[in-house]
Amino acid sequence: MTGTLIAEFQNPDMLCAALRQVKEGGHHALDAFTPYPIEGLDAELDIPPSRIRYAMLAGGLIVAAFAFALQWYSAAIDYPVNSGGRPLNSWQVFLLVPFEVGVFAAALCGVIAFLRSCGLPRLHHPLFEIPGFERATQDHFFLLVAAKQTGGAIRDLRDVLEAAGAAVVTELRQP
Amino acid sequence: MSPVLDPALPAPYRWIASERASDVEMTQAIADPVFAPVGRAWWIAVLVSLPFVLWFIGSIGWLFYKGIGIWGINSTVVWGVAIANYVWWIGIGNAGTLISSMLLLTRQQWRGSINRFAEAMTLFAVAIAGIMPIIHVGRPIYAYWLAPYPNTMALWPQWRSALVWDFWAIISYLLFSIMFWYVSLIPDLATMRDRTRTRAGQVLYGAFALGWRGSARHWNRLKTLHITMAALGVPLVCSVHSIVGLDFAASLMPGWQESIFPPYFVVGAMYCGFAMVIILALAIRWGLNLQAIITANHFEVMSRILLMASIVMGYSYATEWFMAWYGGQHSDRSVVVFEFTGTYAPLFWALLFCNVVLPQALWFPAVRRSLPALFVICVAINIGMWLERILIIWNTLSHDYMPSVWRSFHFTFWDWSFLIAPLGLFAFLFLLFVRLVPAVSMFDMRELSHKEGAA
Repeated sequence: MTGTLIAEFQNPDMLCAALRQVKEGGHHALDAFTPYPIEGLDAELDIPPSRIRYAMLAGGLIVAAFAFALQWYSAAIDYPVNSGGRPLNSWQVFLLVPFEVGVFAAALCGVIAFLRSCGLPRLHHPLFEIPGFERATQDHFFLLVAAKQTGGAIRDLRDVLEAAGAAVVTELRQP
Repeated sequence: MSPVLDPALPAPYRWIASERASDVEMTQAIADPVFAPVGRAWWIAVLVSLPFVLWFIGSIGWLFYKGIGIWGINSTVVWGVAIANYVWWIGIGNAGTLISSMLLLTRQQWRGSINRFAEAMTLFAVAIAGIMPIIHVGRPIYAYWLAPYPNTMALWPQWRSALVWDFWAIISYLLFSIMFWYVSLIPDLATMRDRTRTRAGQVLYGAFALGWRGSARHWNRLKTLHITMAALGVPLVCSVHSIVGLDFAASLMPGWQESIFPPYFVVGAMYCGFAMVIILALAIRWGLNLQAIITANHFEVMSRILLMASIVMGYSYATEWFMAWYGGQHSDRSVVVFEFTGTYAPLFWALLFCNVVLPQALWFPAVRRSLPALFVICVAINIGMWLERILIIWNTLSHDYMPSVWRSFHFTFWDWSFLIAPLGLFAFLFLLFVRLVPAVSMFDMRELSHKEGAA
């Protein structure tokens, strides 16, 4: 995309103020990169709510059901042990293993869904080429914005960012 | 003292004892000890713990060669130090994830200072705990029979056995804890990747950071995942230690077959684990110069939790005695009398002193704020909790239904080995941990610093 700028700020308040002005000016705020989660930033950037929990629920239930079925099949069908006439399908104690492995499977599905929805893991990203971007994980706050598709908009956007206190504004170009 | 964050007394903020803690200062204070040249104290600690690691490996080798007869167990007291160790270590192992998840769910802001190393403590303790049942089963080469797999014997595991529940509980919990720990470590690994100056550091931290950029989308997803895992983690931890309690409660032995065992074991785990967290917090605070980040207020609130847990433990012991009397079974009452007056009575009184009496000193604010006093109390609690676990085993097995088989347990050198040597392994793993990853969550501390107004 042409007309994409990334602005570096020294504190989160400046970033949030700049974000509001960018949106008021009709430009598009794409993403923000911060050293810690800033409350409310995901709502400002219109990030859709995550669906990680559905994956966790589905994965957990499927694996728990499988674990229960395995116990039932092995204890009641394939290898029945008649111990004093007790029921072969001891479903009460068969619930323990499904719970343990179900929670584990839910967590594993959650981690996989998390990586998928973040587009991770990846060895490299074009943003890592930007000088100073390594501070996004330490103490500086970056805002990624795209200019609206009209003539001269990119200059206007740069002015908005600089007026909001951006220390550095870098234009991203396709190589 | 940290060269970056000056501890200021009295603390200007509730959870940060420094006048100013900007993002960069916070990052430096936590990350720099990892990059700094290895200090003399660390080398001494490694050299002290390494012989214990070798001792542990050698003991396991000797056990595999000779069999479990090298322990003081006999045909009456068939369980011994390995099982007590298992319960003790997994108790410590339960605490890290439990503390971290519960504090996250209840939005306790001070968790950021302790959660990372508390969860690391969990990983190492659960790994050590997992060794114990394997070495205890007598024929460890067949330990894999616990897993269900198609085999030429056409056999399946006995799903109604507490040992099989243990197998699934430990494996699920260990893997869950690794993921829970790693997920909250990713952003900090990215910070390390961006701060390190060595090629090896860039490659390794870079690979494990998975390409984290701190995007608003990443943070949103991470938060969702982390809090959901915490919500799953709390019942998981409770179930794991409940299953450990069921190892005893699902039997028919006097003193074991009690419905109070699962919750009583969970509280005991949290109690002993919190005491271990305080010991480790004292060590890390001193070793990594984190006086500004792990403050007197942190020790104050953790002490209050210890005090609460000690009262619940006392209440649980009293409930056991009351139920033994109220149930009216001769064998149950006789075991309780044996606890107070029998062969192991001095240890039982020591247990009550360590777990119930001594921690009452924490009612006094002066004790809660005195770090040496806190250290002594936490060591005593850990000793008391180990005594509790070994006495649960010894008292019941030594004083069974049949008086003609009553025997006592006698410690051998190898019992001492399996008691002491794993502590060295734990210390060794922990020393490696503090040199490889930031021992405190940097992004949580940055967030906390902004909330407290210190940034």
